[in-house]
Amino acid sequence: MTKVQTDSRSIRIKGRSFLAVVLTPELPLDQWLERLDDLAARSAGFFLGRPVVLDVTDLQIDRQQLGEFLAHLAERNVRIMGIEGARHSMIAPGMPPVLKGGRPAGDVDVASVEPVAIAVQPAVSDSGDLQTEPQATVLQAPRSALQSLVINEPVRSGQSIIFTEGDVTIVGSVASGAEVIAGGSVHVYGTLRGRAMAGSVGNSQARIFCRKLEAELIAIDGIYKMAEDLPTDLLGQPVQVWLEGDAIVAGKVN
Amino acid sequence: MGKVIVVTSGKGGVGKTTSTAALGAALAQRNEKVVVVDFDVGLRNLDLVMGAERRVVYDLVNVIQGDAKLTQALIRDKRIENLFLLPASQTRDKDNLTPEGVEWVINELKRYFDWVICDSPAGIERGATLAMRHADVAVVVTNPEVSSVRDSDRIIGLLDSKTVKAERGERMEKHLLLTRFDQNRAARGDMLKVEDVLEILSIPLLGIIPESMDVLKASNIGAPVTIADAKSAPAQAYFEAARRLAGEDIPVTMPEEKRGLFGKIFSRRAA
Ligand SMILES: Nc1ncnc2c1ncn2[C@@H]1O[C@H](COP(=O)(O)OP(=O)(O)O)[C@@H](O)[C@H]1O
Ligand SMILES: [Mg+2]
Repeated sequence: MTKVQTDSRSIRIKGRSFLAVVLTPELPLDQWLERLDDLAARSAGFFLGRPVVLDVTDLQIDRQQLGEFLAHLAERNVRIMGIEGARHSMIAPGMPPVLKGGRPAGDVDVASVEPVAIAVQPAVSDSGDLQTEPQATVLQAPRSALQSLVINEPVRSGQSIIFTEGDVTIVGSVASGAEVIAGGSVHVYGTLRGRAMAGSVGNSQARIFCRKLEAELIAIDGIYKMAEDLPTDLLGQPVQVWLEGDAIVAGKVN
Repeated sequence: MGKVIVVTSGKGGVGKTTSTAALGAALAQRNEKVVVVDFDVGLRNLDLVMGAERRVVYDLVNVIQGDAKLTQALIRDKRIENLFLLPASQTRDKDNLTPEGVEWVINELKRYFDWVICDSPAGIERGATLAMRHADVAVVVTNPEVSSVRDSDRIIGLLDSKTVKAERGERMEKHLLLTRFDQNRAARGDMLKVEDVLEILSIPLLGIIPESMDVLKASNIGAPVTIADAKSAPAQAYFEAARRLAGEDIPVTMPEEKRGLFGKIFSRRAA
């Protein structure tokens, strides 16, 4: 086992995920807004302080109409944190950012009647470039305390797997130029050539395991090590990485 | 309905155009109707390798913009009658390719041809994503060196996310074509080993094409190497790859050193 100290004042970069309410408006928009008002009247303050995402995937409207619609929502104190499923042509400067890669997390029951379709999903914690997510891993059930994401294929260069709810297991390799960010531990049953970040939402108990270590960067709870800081005798070996205090420690697993 | 193949790589100069022409001509020699489509708008090359540069009247962009009929733009090969070329425009840029236009052209071609082979431009931008968008099968062209392998890996990620197949939740069939494989450099250990490339990319191997002067000679006379010199080592390797593409289950032969100096790389390097 090799022990390496890091500078105790390392910069910490963390991901965080929030449960967002997703609104999926339908045409005609004025009627939909009426139903929304009706809902708001019956469950006052439902949207207050909640992150709200607008899903416009199937909505045939243009940039101007979207702008007006956002203004109508703002009048009702519904603040939109992000827009999902928008075509580029629909987005004007100053509009909320475009989100990708959200995962469903069950419907929200509002006052037992559902005049407006609402779904809840964990909001993505960054630009949301979650390109690889096999169907089988899409979360359908409401969140439970412990979750894991299993990816049954290699993570390719340019892809990022972001899963802040728990552990990520990759049955395959993580390519150079790819990254895996987990709230819990990261398990790679293959070669780790890219980046792995475990405990990304503040979990110092999280670990990184891989069958073969050739990583560009590893991080636990925001403390990281670059490729050149990794002990050379561990390169190409089956390795686990964990945190002792503020130091990243790596050792062989057999 | 024909099968749509995209020949892609991310990196330029790895042998996409050479492979599109060689595989197209090899499949056409199996008596199947083949069209090779140049998606490299602005940097077209396939017409040169096919020896048809002086016969280009209309191109893909003209067809998409409605200035020419598809049949007017298709160029029949002078040597193999069931081999056609749909050239790219040299004067326009890739912004003239619209997603709807490309979809229409590909669907039309699929009705008449057994194989529609799309030669992708380098990069991961619009041209490359449009070329792969409607493919059923991808041939990922890779040279045995790190940057090419990494770019191919990136492209495989796009094939699994940005194509119609991927969006429908289906699996895109992907094959690795290892090209410009230099026996001497391999023997010296100057290149990535075949096993390493396969391990990194983890997609099935379609074939290994040796680095060869025969490829340059063929392109200088304006013929796919599988027409120019069918007996040559690269042509043989392309014929084998074409058979595998057509569904035959045959083992991949390693390119052999001509003078027999090193023998088979695999047996020499077996651990
Ligand atoms: N197997 C090979 N042996 C020798 N030269 C090759 C081989 N394959 C391709 N080339 C040469 O490499 C250059 C780039 O090939 P090309 O097919 O145009 O690549 P791309 O379309 O990927 O940019 C050309 O000059 C071509 O003749
Ligand atoms: Mg080319």
